Amino acid sequence: MPSDSALRIVWIYPDLLSTYGDQGNVLVLEQRAQRRGIETETIHVRSADPVPETGDVYLIGGGEDRPQILAAERLRRDGGLHRAVAGGAALLAVCAGYQIMGSRFGGEEGQPVDGIGLLDIASSRGPARAVGELVAEVDAALGLPTLTGFENHMGVTHLGPGVRALSKTSVGVGNGDGFEGCYAGHVVGTYLHGPALARNPALADLLLSWRVGELAPLDDSRYEALRQERLAKVLQS
Amino acid sequence: MTQLPLRAQLASALGRSAATLSRMTGRGDGSVIGGRVGLLLEPDLLRKLARDRKLALVSATNGKTTTTRLITSALLELGQVATNAFGANMPAGHVSALSQHKGAPYGVLEVDEKYLPEVLNTTGAGVVCLMNLSRDQMDRAGEIWLLAQKWRRALSGKPTHVIANCDDPLVTWGASTAAKVTWVAGGQRWKEDSWCCPECGGPLDRKDADWACRECTFHRPEPQWAVDDEVAVDPRGQRWQLDLQLPGLANRSNAVMALAVAEAFGVPVERALPRLREVTSVAGRYTTVERDGRHARLLLAKNPAGWLEAFDVADPGLPIILSVNAQGPDGRDTSWLWDIDYRILRGRPVFVTGERRLDLALRLDVADVPFTLCDSFNEALAMQPPGRVDVIANYTAFQQIRSEFGRAV
Repeated sequence: MPSDSALRIVWIYPDLLSTYGDQGNVLVLEQRAQRRGIETETIHVRSADPVPETGDVYLIGGGEDRPQILAAERLRRDGGLHRAVAGGAALLAVCAGYQIMGSRFGGEEGQPVDGIGLLDIASSRGPARAVGELVAEVDAALGLPTLTGFENHMGVTHLGPGVRALSKTSVGVGNGDGFEGCYAGHVVGTYLHGPALARNPALADLLLSWRVGELAPLDDSRYEALRQERLAKVLQS
Repeated sequence: MTQLPLRAQLASALGRSAATLSRMTGRGDGSVIGGRVGLLLEPDLLRKLARDRKLALVSATNGKTTTTRLITSALLELGQVATNAFGANMPAGHVSALSQHKGAPYGVLEVDEKYLPEVLNTTGAGVVCLMNLSRDQMDRAGEIWLLAQKWRRALSGKPTHVIANCDDPLVTWGASTAAKVTWVAGGQRWKEDSWCCPECGGPLDRKDADWACRECTFHRPEPQWAVDDEVAVDPRGQRWQLDLQLPGLANRSNAVMALAVAEAFGVPVERALPRLREVTSVAGRYTTVERDGRHARLLLAKNPAGWLEAFDVADPGLPIILSVNAQGPDGRDTSWLWDIDYRILRGRPVFVTGERRLDLALRLDVADVPFTLCDSFNEALAMQPPGRVDVIANYTAFQQIRSEFGRAV
């Protein structure tokens, strides 16, 4: 049994939104906490169940159009995620999950669908699918190294004054305006789908540090080898 | 068979010549280029080649090539069968397969999931076999719920007889607009893509193999055929020991699907099953290659569901070599590695190679599975003690290993 002090990682709706490797973000957070001696407890919240309010780090992933609409409806009705974020929990929202956080997003036929309003953004369906590797320089205020990952989406996202862009793209499409992702408070949204944290362990640490404070350094050679190989390959082509 | 129109004859003949040239010059097995040339000259060639034949189309995320082979073997009981045995599963491959066996009264065509509606509309196939749908190379393949919806539209209003796996909710939904369906309880190991009702989005409740939506009436249909471990159960309740040479539960499921298709063509189990038992490997899958006393069994796994099936086949007492690439046919995105639970490999000597070995290395590291990183398959094989070793590779990694051994079959 994890103790009351365990770090609670909450994975929202894996039955609807975990199309491609989204579990990776959960596993990377668990590993990086545990290797520092921080006990973790992971909760998978199915879409028929209530979202607990007492989690530390919340994750929501990518998915198809219809599950995305269902997830938005249920999150709005449930309200648990709103209360958790208001209480200071960290949230990483990926791809379809990122779009849901805004005021609206594009549905199956491109029609506007209401989001859940946790980020000051609005998304719509773009002209073409953005598929491929993405490289971006993170907002200096966050002090993170280059963002690297894979995007696969048709969304275009407009940022409002209530958020800051997470990064400026040098390869890839991201939000569609030269920037990728956004953040506000402890909420981060990104189009880097699937295991974004496996390619960006510093972002994983940022989410953890928002809940547990300063973190001891880890041996990141496996992560670093993959990052360098990917960045070299993508920037060279 | 009725004679093809002159233009179609010419298109078909030129396509075959292109295929021969492709093979002679070592560019490939010729099944795509030949069909492309034919279709260029006669866009309606597939329809013309399909006319007057009895056809079965086979589609799924996993097991298409193997099941196509099993059905073909069974239908050989009836006569000549045209088939795309090498997995060229788009219309050019179908044209090529049917051109090469012009006189064959039967055809068994493996069809890419996306192309199924088009190929069904064009060929008017009488039988369609649908096994499973799960996440697969989504950077190019698209979304599976949409795929199933397209299947529904294509099957609606046609006289097609569908043989479908009712243990897979999405396949059941995709098949259920057909006029006639034979349901097979073919099993479903990978369940991560079917926790929600395809009809209404509500939660699916599961109990053993059974499933039903909590919010609407969509539920698992009553199967006529079933696989029960090593046994096939036919619609009359008769039990048949499968005794396949192909390993694993997934292939026993493929075999029961093939028996149901064979029966739809009028081949009874007692004639079909001995044919299925003769199949030992399919386009290199499950074959064993040998070098310097190392006997490596080759398992192909292209997506999370496929890796689960490969883990079921792999021998826990043996070392294992894993090879992963991310070229076009593999999908250029390796995110799917994070959907696979590798912890089952703990305790075995694990060797990691392939063009995306660093992605797999990190994945195993996070799963606490110790491994040895190797620059090439040859290096990994040379590190083995003499004896047996299992190999799991995704598509192009698998083809590279096959090529090393003279395109082992």
